Amino acid sequence: MVFSGSGGQGVITAAIILAEAAVLHENLIAVQSQSYGPEARGGATRSDVIIADSPIHFPKVLQPNVLVCLTQQSYANYFSLLRPGGLLVTDSRYVKLGKKVDARQVELPMYETVMDKIGRPIVFNICMLGAVIGLTKLVRPESIMKVLETQIPPSFLDINRQALDLGLKLSEGLGD
Amino acid sequence: MGGELKFVQGNEACVKAALYAGLDFFAGYPITPSTEIAELMAARLPRKGGTFMQMEDEIASICAIIGASLTGRKVMTATSGPGFSLMQEGLGYAIMAEIPCVIVDVQRGGPSTGLPTKVSQGDVNQARWGVHGDHAIVALTASNHQDIFSITVDAFNFSETYRTPVILLFDEVIAHMRERLKVPEPGEIALVERLKTSVKEGVDYHPYLQREDGRLPMSDFGGVHRYNVTGLFHDMWGFPSENPTVVHELLRHLTDKIDNHVEKMTRYREYFIEDAEMLLISYGSSARSALHLVTDRRQHGESVGLLELQTLWPFPSALVREKTRNARYVVVVEMNMGQVLQSVKASVERPERVFLANRVDGVLITPADIRNILRLIQGKGV
Repeated sequence: MVFSGSGGQGVITAAIILAEAAVLHENLIAVQSQSYGPEARGGATRSDVIIADSPIHFPKVLQPNVLVCLTQQSYANYFSLLRPGGLLVTDSRYVKLGKKVDARQVELPMYETVMDKIGRPIVFNICMLGAVIGLTKLVRPESIMKVLETQIPPSFLDINRQALDLGLKLSEGLGD
Repeated sequence: MGGELKFVQGNEACVKAALYAGLDFFAGYPITPSTEIAELMAARLPRKGGTFMQMEDEIASICAIIGASLTGRKVMTATSGPGFSLMQEGLGYAIMAEIPCVIVDVQRGGPSTGLPTKVSQGDVNQARWGVHGDHAIVALTASNHQDIFSITVDAFNFSETYRTPVILLFDEVIAHMRERLKVPEPGEIALVERLKTSVKEGVDYHPYLQREDGRLPMSDFGGVHRYNVTGLFHDMWGFPSENPTVVHELLRHLTDKIDNHVEKMTRYREYFIEDAEMLLISYGSSARSALHLVTDRRQHGESVGLLELQTLWPFPSALVREKTRNARYVVVVEMNMGQVLQSVKASVERPERVFLANRVDGVLITPADIRNILRLIQGKGV
């Protein structure tokens, strides 16, 4: 899968948290990588995650099954990579969908919901993660929380949990 | 292995392994894509009672670790191509003065400042011949984080055993990607500690007088013995000498102590080699692409195999000759213009069946890239 957006939205952090949860708490194999250099600044930020139950050798994603785009530019850059029949998740405030792709397109008001219910944009990425695991069932929400517990100050845990729940709720009924 | 499970970058796996191996002095100058090594060392090494020094440049960095090693510390520095170029002078000094040290070169595109954030494997021959004059060198690499851990411990062990600098040649992809690492328990991997002299205080100590087994016990510089260390050819007291016999024997010693132990220093992995008609040889991150392809093609019944080299220098010629004996084609997969290719061609019977599958545009070579080249070699077109 590919997570994309712009710097500061936390897409790379979200990708690392998901992959780490899969490895440490789901007994899965995962590899995470990201683009560095000019393409990682300003424009579009991209992080690749592969999750599998068998060894992963080639570490980059050529054709994602799941593509998350949190900005118009990242959508423009990457939507053509999506594997036919894949899942495209976009934020409805930031991305206007263009031409139809051969994929399931899920537009969710993640940013608006986070601002409305929590009022802190820093947990936007965790809400997105909640939506992604709600849609894909790749890892359990508890596994994400276990990773967060080791990485963020206790005083921030609560809003992260709320954001994760908001994302899960947004995706309810849309899952496979 | 029974240790703690971690999800880390390759650079962090290297840091964890260095600390496991007993590193207690690091000096460096941060440079992409090796920066995380210095960053993590700065945070972790002082907590273990070690010393981290950020130096003014890479020349100072290698000189600092050479000095610290002489005083009895286990030492390391980390850099990338441009910094590795600056380190060549110090590296030669460490070879000549026989100073144990570990130098990490996380390769990026070159020459010069090149492609700071992109992958390359273009420093393989620099690791071998960047230093002027005849010499031998040890350079190791790995393609996954578990192997980065064990090969880093090997690097420290070899550096102590053979009193030599050891180079860890990683690359941007392997250094930055994250994957699982099971950190071995203490004691799970054997460590080689500094061989110290038994010569007592007040008794003459000869820093370059070999024991019967050829090894040179060390005395912590600044401790109880006074002795000389130089980059000039030197005698058993460490003082400069132009005596032809001394010069001849020292140069022979410096090359023989590595070249006579190739087998002990050879680390590799092999996949589906037995009946492989088409044998790939690769290392570092390009070996991941090669293994992906081999695993996939095997499922389609094609007899493809992979020899993954972890020891690049001294080049394991005998191993390569033996493993390639029955292959119809040998394809070296690397991200340079054919640096390991040269050594493979020089090692095998019938070098005309050896081909290069490479990519030099800063992008990780893909399984499809390799597959297309295999098809071309087989006369099938792409």
